[in-house]
Amino acid sequence: MAVLEVRDLSKQFGGIHAVEGVSFDVNEGEILGIIGPNGSGKSTLFNCILGQLQPSAGEVRLDGRAVTGMRPCDLNRLGVSRTFQLLQVFPELTVRENLILAAQEHKGSMLSRLFGARDVGLTGDANRMIEFFRLSHLADAKAGGLSYGQQKLLDAAMAFMAGPRLVLLDEPAGGVNLTMLASLRDRLEAINREGATFVVIEHNMEFVMSLCSRIVVLAEGRIIAEGKPETVRQDPKVIEAYLGH
Amino acid sequence: MNRRVVGIVAGLIIVAGLIAAPFGLKPYGIYILTLWAVTTIAAIGLNLTLGYAGQISLAQGAFVGIGAYAATLLTTHGWPLGSAYVVAAAACFAIGWLLGYPALRVQHHYLAFVTLAFATLAYLVFRNEEWLTGGIYGISNIPRPSLFGYLLRAPRGFYYFCLANLAVVSFAAWWLIRSPWGRAFVALRENPLRALSLGVDTRRYTLMAFALGAGLGGISGVLYAPLVQYIDPTPFSLLLSLNLLLMVIVGGSGYFFGPFVGAIVAVLLPEWLQAASKYYLFYYAAFVMLLLIVSPSGIIGFFERRFTAARKIESPASATEVKVA
Amino acid sequence: MADFIQLLVAGLATGGIYALVAIGFTLLWQTSQTINFAQGEFVMLPAFFILIAMGAGVPFWAAVAIGIVISAIVLGVLFKRLLVDPMIRHGVLPLAIATMALALFLKEAVKDFYGAEAQPFPPLAADMNVSFLGATVSLQSLIVLAIAFGAVVALQLFLNRTRAGRMMQATAQNPTVARILGIPVDRMILIAFVINAVLAALASALVTPIYLAKFSNGEYLGIAAFIAAIVGGFNQVRGAIVGGLLLGVIDNFAAAYLSAQYRAAIPLLLLIVVIIFRPQGLLGRVEERTV
Repeated sequence: MAVLEVRDLSKQFGGIHAVEGVSFDVNEGEILGIIGPNGSGKSTLFNCILGQLQPSAGEVRLDGRAVTGMRPCDLNRLGVSRTFQLLQVFPELTVRENLILAAQEHKGSMLSRLFGARDVGLTGDANRMIEFFRLSHLADAKAGGLSYGQQKLLDAAMAFMAGPRLVLLDEPAGGVNLTMLASLRDRLEAINREGATFVVIEHNMEFVMSLCSRIVVLAEGRIIAEGKPETVRQDPKVIEAYLGH
Repeated sequence: MNRRVVGIVAGLIIVAGLIAAPFGLKPYGIYILTLWAVTTIAAIGLNLTLGYAGQISLAQGAFVGIGAYAATLLTTHGWPLGSAYVVAAAACFAIGWLLGYPALRVQHHYLAFVTLAFATLAYLVFRNEEWLTGGIYGISNIPRPSLFGYLLRAPRGFYYFCLANLAVVSFAAWWLIRSPWGRAFVALRENPLRALSLGVDTRRYTLMAFALGAGLGGISGVLYAPLVQYIDPTPFSLLLSLNLLLMVIVGGSGYFFGPFVGAIVAVLLPEWLQAASKYYLFYYAAFVMLLLIVSPSGIIGFFERRFTAARKIESPASATEVKVA
Repeated sequence: MADFIQLLVAGLATGGIYALVAIGFTLLWQTSQTINFAQGEFVMLPAFFILIAMGAGVPFWAAVAIGIVISAIVLGVLFKRLLVDPMIRHGVLPLAIATMALALFLKEAVKDFYGAEAQPFPPLAADMNVSFLGATVSLQSLIVLAIAFGAVVALQLFLNRTRAGRMMQATAQNPTVARILGIPVDRMILIAFVINAVLAALASALVTPIYLAKFSNGEYLGIAAFIAAIVGGFNQVRGAIVGGLLLGVIDNFAAAYLSAQYRAAIPLLLLIVVIIFRPQGLLGRVEERTV
């Protein structure tokens, strides 16, 4: 059984079919890439899977359990999280606090969190994540003071902290310089070796091809190709979809 | 010198001042100081709703009124003030929950409208239901409470009682903000969409903040009734809710000490000015306008900006820009 | 039936005044997210400008013109430049609170520096009644109705038939897009503030003969404007007109048939009912649902 199963997912906005009949699986431990030209429906797909939008049709299953249209916070409690295209760390909180926040809502009940420990017992996990993403020297700095690239790392770290089961990364390489990009890819590969499963939407072909074990290609809301990076790269339909734009 | 040490020393001096103050004041002065303490409790509640959860409530004055009438009706029928705390806090918390639960599912600022409607309704009930509230004639001879057998009728005794209440409320608020809930509030105020994706149930936290804020309004009212010892509907109109909003904004929305400072401005400043000039309200209004022009994030916001380079983040309720996610 | 028409005309006249005040209020909100808690005082104040001008020997109609001009400058341009511009970037609430302080400031200024006594104010027409549709109505009501109606029509013509007016509508609907389209948004907002001041001054000349010029007039009128705007629909100028007229008529009928205590409750009950059953106002558009 796959971690995530998407079946015949469709989303219409008025007359526009943003996503049409999309089906794919995300298997345990893999890095799945979703690519496609602008406007192919990648972000809409993410939003439908994650409950930000209600799909017009279709089904989403997490570990076999139907989660179609569930509210993002409820889905998150089942272990799914995401990053956004626009960087969204919390500038006023420290790096460590951001990470604790990312996972605190899974621990105990709302009431127990009011009267329990300030860090909800998450300092250890947060520190591990900080070390893993090589942000140790910034652990107590306000997130707002970090560089863009560092914030991107923090953003990814928060997503993994919040979504131990499955993480959906929305254009993680956007706006990041080459050095940071290499660092980001390195960390993502490392965390994948630890067993994390995730899906990546990206425009940066090089990044996606080198990182992902499997690729799904979207064009005009439909899947036009699926498979290993080398196969997909040479698929004539894919080339046409990109060149045609 | 360490900022933390300075803060603690300043805090101790202020607390000492508050304890010593009544010895240098006439009964009216003590009354005003007590009013400040009582009002701050309501302002702390509103700050929770507005400053931390980003929701505009126009009903805080109504909650104070509910607390005041609860205390009045109970104590004039021989019940101890303690019972009023329970009734008022529970009633206001429940009403907050009932109002907020449907309102927060609809468009973003609908809660402001719902609280406006509720405040209006509450005022009409206070004014017209004579059998319950005495209508425009009010209810008088509200007794002061007694604690462990000591009757706190004298101004000084009752002042310390209210001060103690404020201390307890402050501690509870501090605990709340320092707890994981506080972190969740920061998240939902700064970026609700992101917070949601991290598992923060923004709706429930907002609801909690609003209901708790309402409960604190009720408690403030419970103390207000024995303070003034005569209750009629006039103080509990929309004007009180607006005045409390003014306190929170002028003090600094979302800052812990904002309500304390805001209440000083709204309760104490007019009194001080009145001693100086018969045009005191004119000067008071001018002061508030100038203050907000110079520092829209309030007094605490002004000092924070002076002493830190860090940017202050506005709460969603006060931001005009629409965030495109 | 004759009574009904009399009440209706009088109600529409008052409603027309409320509409003038509510239109400006709505325009300020739409173009710059300003909630003007001093709107009532904006209607209270121009009457005093007019009285001062008359005290200096200026004839009534010229004084009214002067009052309108001074209002446009002080309550329009100065208000925007000195109070709104510095604060607008920091959100809705701080500015709203500042206008609350402004209301108190204007009220106290008049009370302290002009006088606390109510001053008589000349009516626009002789105090006589005419026959209208088989009923006796006061000439004053008809004149008020005519002037208010005229002002609204003029405004609608401006908004719909002139280039500046259409640019203003674009600004009101979506300032960001308007800016992208090259519309001088800041100037449009300034025009909106001036229009508000002029309408308020006009309303002042129409309403003050009834209530006499008094520093506390703003309280009731501010609430009326607010209720009219919400009832009609906070995001539409047409809504403000409908809201104002409806409020005026309902209020007038309530005054005739109910005791004073219940009469005062009617506008508030109207507000409650609209908020619960149709929060976007009678003519307003529904906004997006939250997640």
